[in-house]
Amino acid sequence: MKSLAELQAIKDKMKDKVVIREGASSTRVVVGMATCGIAAGARPVLGAFVEAVNEGGLAQSVTVSQTGCVGLCQYEPIVEVYEAGKDKVTYVKMTADKAKEVVEKHLKGGKVVTEYTVANCE
Amino acid sequence: MKELSLNVLDITENSVKAGATLTEISILENSDTLTMIVKDDGCGMSEEILRTVENPFYTTRTTRKVGLGIPLLKMAAEMTGGSVKIVSSTDAATHGTTVTAVFYKNHLDFTPLGDIKETVVTLIQGHPDTDFLFVHQTPSGEVKLDTRELRVILEGVPLDTYEVIVWIKEYLNEQYELLENR
Repeated sequence: MKSLAELQAIKDKMKDKVVIREGASSTRVVVGMATCGIAAGARPVLGAFVEAVNEGGLAQSVTVSQTGCVGLCQYEPIVEVYEAGKDKVTYVKMTADKAKEVVEKHLKGGKVVTEYTVANCE
Repeated sequence: MKELSLNVLDITENSVKAGATLTEISILENSDTLTMIVKDDGCGMSEEILRTVENPFYTTRTTRKVGLGIPLLKMAAEMTGGSVKIVSSTDAATHGTTVTAVFYKNHLDFTPLGDIKETVVTLIQGHPDTDFLFVHQTPSGEVKLDTRELRVILEGVPLDTYEVIVWIKEYLNEQYELLENR
C-alpha cells in the first residue's frame, strides 16, 4: 500500500537536489498537448518521454514539458527538441516507441533521428 | 477522441490556460450514467464567448484556442443521449468555469473512460504549480487525489519531480485495484 510516509521519504531525499536541478537543463523536449495533439495520441508520447528521460539518467540535462497547438495539426503528435546552440528539431507523427528511440539515439547518442522529423515528412 | 479520459485531459488543459489555481475533476458513475465535471477558478468566459464555444463554426481567430475541444466533448456526450452544460463567470469574486458532461453508459455509442490515471498524471506533470482535486466515484467506492495535500508533505519539492510522479502513478494504480477487489 502506497503511503504518505513514502512520499515524505521522497521529499527528504529530493530536498537537497532541488536547488541543483533548477536551471541546469540544457535540453528541452516539448510535446504538443492541444486538442489536436491529444486526439492524435500525444498523451502516451509524453509519458514515454518522461519515463525514458528519467529512467535513462538524463533528468539533470533534459526537461520534458507540454505546449499548445504548434499549427501543424495534421502531423500531430508533434515533439520539439531544443538544444543549446543547435537548431530546433521537430519530430512529427510520434508514438511512444518512437519517443523511446529519440531518447536513445538523439538525446543520449547525439544523432537526430531524421526519418521522424518534419523535414522528412513533407 | 478514443477515450473519454482524453476529453477530460483536453477540457482541463483549458482550465489551466484560463489561469486556474485549483481545478476539480469529478467523474461520477452509477449504473446508468457517467457524469464528468471539470470546475476551475480560472478567469472565466464572457457570455459572448460562452455562446460560441459549443459551435466550431463560430470560432474566430481570437477565440481559436477554444477550438474543437468542447464540440468534440458535446458530440461524445450527445451520441449517448447525454448533454454538456457550461457555466462560467468573469466576476471578480466568483470567476471560473464549470463544464458538466453527462454520458449514458449503456448506449451503444458510449466511449469508454479509458486510462483516467494517465490523464491525471499528465496534468500534474505538465502543470506542477497549479492544484488538482481528482475524485472518481463508482458504485463500488471512490478514488481521490488532492495535490494540495501532497504539496503540504512535499514542502517545496516540485510535483513534477519524477519520483513524485511515479509515486502518484503507483498510488492511483493501488486505489483502483482496491476498488476492483471490493
